[in-house]
Amino acid sequence: MAEITYLEAIREALDEEMARDPNVFLIGEDIGVFGGAFKVTDGLVKKYGEGRVIDSPISEAGIVGAAAGAAHMGMRPVVEMQFIDFIANAYDMLTNYIATARYRAFLPTPMVVRGPSGGYVRGGPFHSQNPEAGFIHTPGLKVVYPATAEDAKGLMKAAIRDDDCVLFFEHKYLYRRIKGTMPAGDHVVPIGKARTAREGGDVSIITYAATVHKSLEAAERLAAEGIDVEVIDLRSLAPLDDEAIFNTVRKTNRVLIVHEDTRTGGIAGELTARINESCFAYLDAPVLRVTAHDIPLPYAPQLEDFVLPQVDDIVTAVRRLVAW
Amino acid sequence: MAAKPSRGAKGAAHPHLGEALPIERKLELYYWMRLTRTLEERLVALYRQTKVVGGLFRSLGQEADAVGSCYALDQRDVMSPLIRNLGAMLVKGATPVEVLKQYMAKGDSPTRGRELNIHFGDIGEAGKSRGFLGQISPLGDMVPVMAGVTLSFKMRGEDRVGLVYVGDGATSTGAFHEGINLAAVQRCPLVVIVENNGYAYSTPTSKQTAAKQFVDKAIGYGVYGERCDGNDVLAVYDCTKRAVDRARAGEGVQLLEFITYRRKGHAEHDNQSYVPAGEIEKWAAENDPLDRYLRVLLDREKVAQSAIDEIDARVVREVDEATDEAERSGFPEPMDALVGVYADPPAEKPLWFREGADTSKLGTERAEGWGTFDAKGGK
Repeated sequence: MAEITYLEAIREALDEEMARDPNVFLIGEDIGVFGGAFKVTDGLVKKYGEGRVIDSPISEAGIVGAAAGAAHMGMRPVVEMQFIDFIANAYDMLTNYIATARYRAFLPTPMVVRGPSGGYVRGGPFHSQNPEAGFIHTPGLKVVYPATAEDAKGLMKAAIRDDDCVLFFEHKYLYRRIKGTMPAGDHVVPIGKARTAREGGDVSIITYAATVHKSLEAAERLAAEGIDVEVIDLRSLAPLDDEAIFNTVRKTNRVLIVHEDTRTGGIAGELTARINESCFAYLDAPVLRVTAHDIPLPYAPQLEDFVLPQVDDIVTAVRRLVAW
Repeated sequence: MAAKPSRGAKGAAHPHLGEALPIERKLELYYWMRLTRTLEERLVALYRQTKVVGGLFRSLGQEADAVGSCYALDQRDVMSPLIRNLGAMLVKGATPVEVLKQYMAKGDSPTRGRELNIHFGDIGEAGKSRGFLGQISPLGDMVPVMAGVTLSFKMRGEDRVGLVYVGDGATSTGAFHEGINLAAVQRCPLVVIVENNGYAYSTPTSKQTAAKQFVDKAIGYGVYGERCDGNDVLAVYDCTKRAVDRARAGEGVQLLEFITYRRKGHAEHDNQSYVPAGEIEKWAAENDPLDRYLRVLLDREKVAQSAIDEIDARVVREVDEATDEAERSGFPEPMDALVGVYADPPAEKPLWFREGADTSKLGTERAEGWGTFDAKGGK
């Protein structure tokens, strides 16, 4: 089978799920004839018609709320945020309405909100954000953030089939840079399971999304110095795969958490707390973090590169852990 | 305020669908309005006995607009109420005992003690559900949600209509705007009712909008708009029924404004210090929806007083029975709080510092060779 890009893998998942289940429909801004700002939904309106690929007004709260209403009635909507930064406009709908619906009123809300996320693309402050941490803090939502084309497809299929609301973060830096060969058949990756991206015995890097690839690059450089790095790709951020996290801590006893999101209140803090509570005795060094600075993401390459975590930063942090 | 004859979409006069109702259905309207008021009066008593564990929200003076509008829906249609639409909930099939258990936070309430008052729902397939969807507290949010509910009717070719209530205050929210605009563009079969009761909590409508009337917003959304006397139950029915029929016929979103008045505070704790002197008393004396409707029934429809007394007695009996049943119910088990956030996993685990937690892995796990203090004195 031919390799396809991360972006094409998402489209393939949408296409296959729409073909499989007539309740699946897409709604978003410019997703129909235009095929979406990044062309993720390109061609789908031709195949499934305007009734199932709905071009919406510029109305994030409106379309997320409407998706919830349709989902209550048994539909399985997939909502596109043109850029995930705009999900902030639907924050109330997601956190107050959707996240609580099953618990407070026994309302199933099987829906997906997906969108291009992340930096390293010179997008500036409103087209580069990683707002996942705020949603992980909200009981009732699930959050996934794939790093590979295979996971992008398999997790999208799982997200559409999930009986709760799944926020599906797509890294736009990976859209066309990363390729993969899709496993044959109905390829579904379960939500809540991490993946070992690289096995190693000396230090664990726990990460997700674009920084998985930065971490793998760092691991190769460190291997040349004789440091054997394990890289865990979380894939699912809510729920977290505690077992995979604790297993790698018990194995290497040294942990670095890497994320592209800003530092304060980022997921690294939560991971550190869990490791502290459950694996304290296994640690040979404090858990360290490499993250973005607490800065809105600037536009100029010199500024963006300084704010975001880079391979050199990861190498520096791993060396510090080893030397502890 | 007298109801003016309302006009249809093309400006033509039309038969008054409320006045055309047969007498037995007119008496049903009276029953639902009386049940609403009596049930709320019972809730006030329970509130004062501290048996209502949270806030209590009244719809005194607004019974006609809730009952008359929801009465225009069919069983298969879906309605989303506001906090002041107890009457609409009852018409759509919610029972007094369910409402009482909700307010009293009982373990077998429709939400098992998780939510309060009329924040509960029953929606799904036509014929298999009663078709109401409880609101949430951020106002305006149910407009986009009901846009989606009715979008699903359109996508599946179902002959069903949605009705959503908002207050004068909720029209100021972004959710209201986004929801009605999206539904309008998609030509969803949705009726949006703005209940203009004069106040949003303490804020008068003059501080809510610069528009002369809320129904003027219909023009901006390109949808049909109509305004009516919300304290005239037959006028409310007439106005809503025609809107529901138009929505069902594929004519898209309908925006209705009902003029009414909130005679109690936002909730029972609210002393209404912001209301000009005499205003409440004037509405109570001159424009009580039940008083007005009684005059219609007794004077114009020549209903015997005994028929009214019979309905009143039936309502008291039903509320008494419901109260007894709700009082007998128990409170939820604390651990039930952990169930049902997700379909999978179905339950959360208690935290380690709580009884019932699995602490086998916590604090006891040690890496091999890791030195620990031994209480017996050894290392």
